[in-house]
Amino acid sequence: MKHLTTPFIGISAAMLAVAPWIINAAPYESTMGLVQKVFYFHFPAAILFLLAATICGVSSAIFLFGKRPNADGWAIAAAELGLVFGSLTLVTGPLWARKAWGVWWVWDPRLTSSLLLWMIFSAYLLLRKYGGPGSDKLGAGMALFGMANVPFIYVSVNVWRTLHPQTSVVPTLPADMGIPLWFCFAAMTMLFLSLLSLRARLEHQRARVEALYLAEDEA
Amino acid sequence: MSAFFRVAWHVMRKDLTVEVRSKEVLLTTLFFAVSVVLVFSFAIVREGRAPDDVAAGILWVAISFSGTLAMGRTFERERYNDTLRALILAPAERPAIYTGKLLGLLLLLGLVEIVLVPLIGLLFNAPILAYPGMLAALLLLGTLGFAAVGTLFAAMLVRVRSRDTLLPVLLYPITIPVMIAGVRGTAALFQAAPDESMARFWIALLIFWDAIFVTLALWTFEPVMTE
Repeated sequence: MKHLTTPFIGISAAMLAVAPWIINAAPYESTMGLVQKVFYFHFPAAILFLLAATICGVSSAIFLFGKRPNADGWAIAAAELGLVFGSLTLVTGPLWARKAWGVWWVWDPRLTSSLLLWMIFSAYLLLRKYGGPGSDKLGAGMALFGMANVPFIYVSVNVWRTLHPQTSVVPTLPADMGIPLWFCFAAMTMLFLSLLSLRARLEHQRARVEALYLAEDEA
Repeated sequence: MSAFFRVAWHVMRKDLTVEVRSKEVLLTTLFFAVSVVLVFSFAIVREGRAPDDVAAGILWVAISFSGTLAMGRTFERERYNDTLRALILAPAERPAIYTGKLLGLLLLLGLVEIVLVPLIGLLFNAPILAYPGMLAALLLLGTLGFAAVGTLFAAMLVRVRSRDTLLPVLLYPITIPVMIAGVRGTAALFQAAPDESMARFWIALLIFWDAIFVTLALWTFEPVMTE
């Protein structure tokens, strides 16, 4: 993974640079028109937001129950990326909603629980930043509770009657809209994975420096 | 299994004995809860009339605020007297200790709610006696979900810096699903034309979240309390 991050970042940067032209070339959606194009960024960001929550929760569980200190580095990296991609989702969503629904925000289950997950990530990072020693275990417990929200968000649109489009929209897209969507999705996923591995590596090195420092202290 | 409940019972009885002798947490929490309700009534009630449908929200805000206060105190006392280590060293299952703490907190918050609910009925004209069973179920299940997470987090925060500010910061985002269900269910009972089926739906959702929260808390208490 280590030697892959540099080419991955290069490729995803190139893809994201080309993305505006590809999105521009896609046909206009018949009822929503231009505003539908925000969807090419909104959907990948939202999926990666949920992926980040899952990675954070799973690595926290491994850290807590499997006693693997390295897993904590992955959890904190995923949480930071979750906040970034969550913010992206929460900014692009209302931009679309203003045109499509006529309001910036409604309190429907999916929007509410996405905002909730974003708040959980923020609280988690506040804890990691200001908690001091001992906050890693508490953070892991918190992340487990946060992960319990993820299936709830995914299912909420299909179970409750809400304004948000169903998840079944995506597989039924025509090819000339599907191709730009999956292109953006691939670019963002590569960016996500490279940032994740870089940040986790940084965290592992930081933990190692700290351990060496403590060992030095004791010697 | 009986050993589990015996430990839980002993931990709860210990906490309640301390509480009965000092009354510290009960009195401060109760006073704080009443103050919150009064602040709301000063802010909202105009010319003797409260706006419709605010009673449920204020009731749950008061419960969550005062609950946070009580949670912080239950473990603060253990830390202050250095008895947490003894509690953890005791030859007992950790989840049983958690359960005892949770039950003690629930009983305490139940006492606070017994005062709080009539006060809300009095100040905001809420029909608290229309569906006493369903209201009690909503209060019990909502408080359980809230306190289950709160007890776990308060226990974990004992060893962390700035624990007083971090408890609400961590607790509120996680427990919002429970709060939403509690407020909406109670509002369905308090509105001019009570909607029983709606309240039943929210009670079912509360049971769902309680099951998730209690299971997760029992499951994580053991590893997080290990030194």
